[in-house]
Amino acid sequence: MTEAPSFRYIARKRRPKEDRRFVAGHGRFVADVALPGTKHVALVTSPHPNATIVSIDPSAAVGMPGVLAVLAGDELAAATLPLMVGVDTPNVRRYPLAVGRARYAGEWVAAVVADSRALAEDAAEQIHVTYEPLAFNTEPERALDPAAPLVHPEHGSNTLLHKTFVWGPVDDDFRAAAHRLAYRARWNRSSTVPIETFGVLARWDPGIDVLDVWASIQMPKYSDQIARALKLPGNAVRVHNDVDVGGSYGVKRGIKHSVLVGYLARKLGHPVRLIEDRLENMAGGDMQGPDRIFDVELAFEHDGRVRAMRMRALDNAGAYTGRAPLQLGKPITAIVGPYRINSVAYEAISVTTNRTPQEAVRGFGQGPTNFAIETGIDKIARFLDLDRHEVRRRNFIRHDEFPYRIPSGSEYDSGDYHAVQEKTIALARWPELIAKRDKLRAEGRLAGIGIASCLEPSGGNSAFEPLLNDKNDTTTWMEGVRVRIDALGAIAVVISTTSAGQGHETLAATVAGEILERDPDGIRVARADSLSALPTNSPVGSRMAIMMGGAVAEAARRLKAKLMAIAAHELAVAADRLAYDGGTISVQDAPEKTVAWDRLVHIAHRNFHRLPPGMEPGLEASYVMQVPTGRYLPTADGRVQIYPCYSFEFHIALIAIDRLTGKPHLHDYFIGHDCGTVINPDIVRGMTLGGIAHGIGAALYELFQVDAQGQPISQSFMDYLLPSAHEIPHVAMVEHHTPSPHTAFGQKGSGEAGYLGAPACVASAVNDALAPLGISIDSLPIRIRDLEAALSGGSPA
Amino acid sequence: MKHVEIALAVNGRVHRAAVEPRVTLVDFLRDELRLTGTHVGCEHGVCGACSVLLDGEPVRACLMFAVQADGRQITTVEGLAPGPGELSLLQDAFCETHAMQCGYCTSGMLIAGHALLNQTLTPSREAIVEAIGGNLCRCTGYQQIVEAIELAAERLRAVNRPEATTP
Repeated sequence: MTEAPSFRYIARKRRPKEDRRFVAGHGRFVADVALPGTKHVALVTSPHPNATIVSIDPSAAVGMPGVLAVLAGDELAAATLPLMVGVDTPNVRRYPLAVGRARYAGEWVAAVVADSRALAEDAAEQIHVTYEPLAFNTEPERALDPAAPLVHPEHGSNTLLHKTFVWGPVDDDFRAAAHRLAYRARWNRSSTVPIETFGVLARWDPGIDVLDVWASIQMPKYSDQIARALKLPGNAVRVHNDVDVGGSYGVKRGIKHSVLVGYLARKLGHPVRLIEDRLENMAGGDMQGPDRIFDVELAFEHDGRVRAMRMRALDNAGAYTGRAPLQLGKPITAIVGPYRINSVAYEAISVTTNRTPQEAVRGFGQGPTNFAIETGIDKIARFLDLDRHEVRRRNFIRHDEFPYRIPSGSEYDSGDYHAVQEKTIALARWPELIAKRDKLRAEGRLAGIGIASCLEPSGGNSAFEPLLNDKNDTTTWMEGVRVRIDALGAIAVVISTTSAGQGHETLAATVAGEILERDPDGIRVARADSLSALPTNSPVGSRMAIMMGGAVAEAARRLKAKLMAIAAHELAVAADRLAYDGGTISVQDAPEKTVAWDRLVHIAHRNFHRLPPGMEPGLEASYVMQVPTGRYLPTADGRVQIYPCYSFEFHIALIAIDRLTGKPHLHDYFIGHDCGTVINPDIVRGMTLGGIAHGIGAALYELFQVDAQGQPISQSFMDYLLPSAHEIPHVAMVEHHTPSPHTAFGQKGSGEAGYLGAPACVASAVNDALAPLGISIDSLPIRIRDLEAALSGGSPA
Repeated sequence: MKHVEIALAVNGRVHRAAVEPRVTLVDFLRDELRLTGTHVGCEHGVCGACSVLLDGEPVRACLMFAVQADGRQITTVEGLAPGPGELSLLQDAFCETHAMQCGYCTSGMLIAGHALLNQTLTPSREAIVEAIGGNLCRCTGYQQIVEAIELAAERLRAVNRPEATTP
């Protein structure tokens, strides 16, 4: 399975198309888009985690130089509909600006519009808001206590979602198993924290009644959501997708920003923009990630084989619903990880608290869940005194068992987990790595080796929506593209989304070039705006290699078939007697009979009289792709196929910890990676390495904290620590290629897997280092201060 | 607010302007000169996305006021290439190793790498890490950036050898 089929352009080293404009300083990010007369927004935010807004007095601000308007929540709420949410919580209403009550410190209370951002900030300081502070809660477990303050009293409780699933004979399996082990794993709040904050610019065009929007966005159905909230027809919002997005990894969903700015632009008759500063981004930008407590119980045999799992996941969604509860849903599609676990009980609870709301983060909940599962596998090994590799080996699904259906109903497409594990062990030169660890230990350091495996479900159908929301019957998460050849013979692929570094232009050009056998460097990739776009769901869920790649392949095939039909007609032979080579079409047994590319193009664009009867002139083909395997609503007992493809990774890392200060240092990192056929090796490698760095951050450094007063205390890069080049070790990588049977070229998704496995691997390394001291830490991040506290005999801070 | 007259050279061209004293250098470069290749990431001097060369030294353009750059030489990412439509060897190396994804931190990384290669053409991995250690990248995990600077150093060494031909 590792023999890659031969491709012309796919899987070969090729420079990504996008890079040249970025190195030249010619990227076009939202803050670079300049419209004459643009006005700027600054925000007034709540200093209280929970408070009634008694009054807002803008009088001191409105007369200030350059100030156009002050907007408060009442006016905006009267003019708009609440923002869309993912689960069925109709009484948890959300508007861009707080209405009557602020529910977290940092929540937007009022917006000022002025000639410049500086003037808007000056005026924002002069808006006087009177608050009546209320009792608040920031803790997820306390949120379940009936005595806890209600974040949304009209909702009646703090529970946004509570679903229990039982897949298979869990109780029987637990009774029959030789051992059981219970533990708690805590994933505290971090996020993806792109270097570019969220920004949006909107302009109302009164001549045609259209709201033009430029945004740093990665959001499915973004234009629809803006239109719905602003009570506009869908075709009155035009989102321009030709905006480079400065990183997202899931979180760039600024719908509240966009509705606010869209409303202001229409009301004021000026272009209006809001570019978050870092403080707004981190406190009130709604970009924080999962915040989760796992209580897990595993039932297993003497040999380490796991029979059954019970998992309860309690997640702190923050002050509003958003899509946060759905992040408990995606893990259902890989709830047993890469292991043969016969039965599972899963209880998913999402609660609301007085914290910043949560947004989608890379992996959509899969990273925390993988950490919880891998923590258990290590614990079994320790409990049985077995080798950690051996426990994984014994539990892995075997390569000859695919397609493999897991208890929750999802079928894993393909994989060879044992092979990737062995390749990674060989890459790490395991005996030498052990020797290196032991040498560090002998020198007095605390040293440990971490191991983790992980799956990356990719290409998703968003079927967690109907699974977690009875009122949602979505069964498609399509992606559409158009491929065209112009009258001069040049190829363009029209895609319908923004990109945030995933290399979609390279992907689309490579695939179109592969099918049409034309050099991808000469293929233009254009981005349609939302009014001219085909149906799309944006690059979420590691889906674009599968979905956009698949759509381009099919559209290009249709175009190629049209070229063949034209040639067949021109040469007066049957199409199945023709051969296509690099855009020239010849008769197989009479190669002198040929129609070249330029001739085909000319006929299609100029010579209707030479076209086969009934054929449309011109050269254009569109294709809207449905998610492979995504056909059905969930069954009554909660089984569903959410993702078609499953990539696999195996991580190994060596860490040393200073005994005195607790400072960790990652010496070595190894990864084995299998995402099927790789479209562009440098892009896949980059996303994997970047994901690992992101995961190292989540494991050791990054934490959104609030203090006892409910105040955010991670508001800058001084206190929310992103790993720099100093903290990230050299990563050695080995590839494996198990093609997916469901995709055009055998490709799978690859944007998330580094991040999904690295936190578990680093935690495993830390715990191996601490094992000789009898200490175990199952709460992420494990910061220097937590290690120092543990080593000095205290409890982790 | 009172404006202050300044004159500074940006990418070799002298600009005269009247600016508010509170305008940062990065806002001046972006908003007044429309040199939008320099990016704003944190506005408190940690991320390095706004890095420019000030008289050849890398600095944070978000931590300086434009008036402080009066009389100084500034180089932004737009000024790294030898000519219009061309790339420097370092910029080309960034493309060769795919030393970026979203492109947002890239300008600052190029400035940091450029300043390093002005000092040495034989940087160790540690020296490269040190040079870019004040620039945050969220996409790449830094490895392909380190490789790009190593590659550029190697190519610059080759270019500077008398027997070598310019690639």
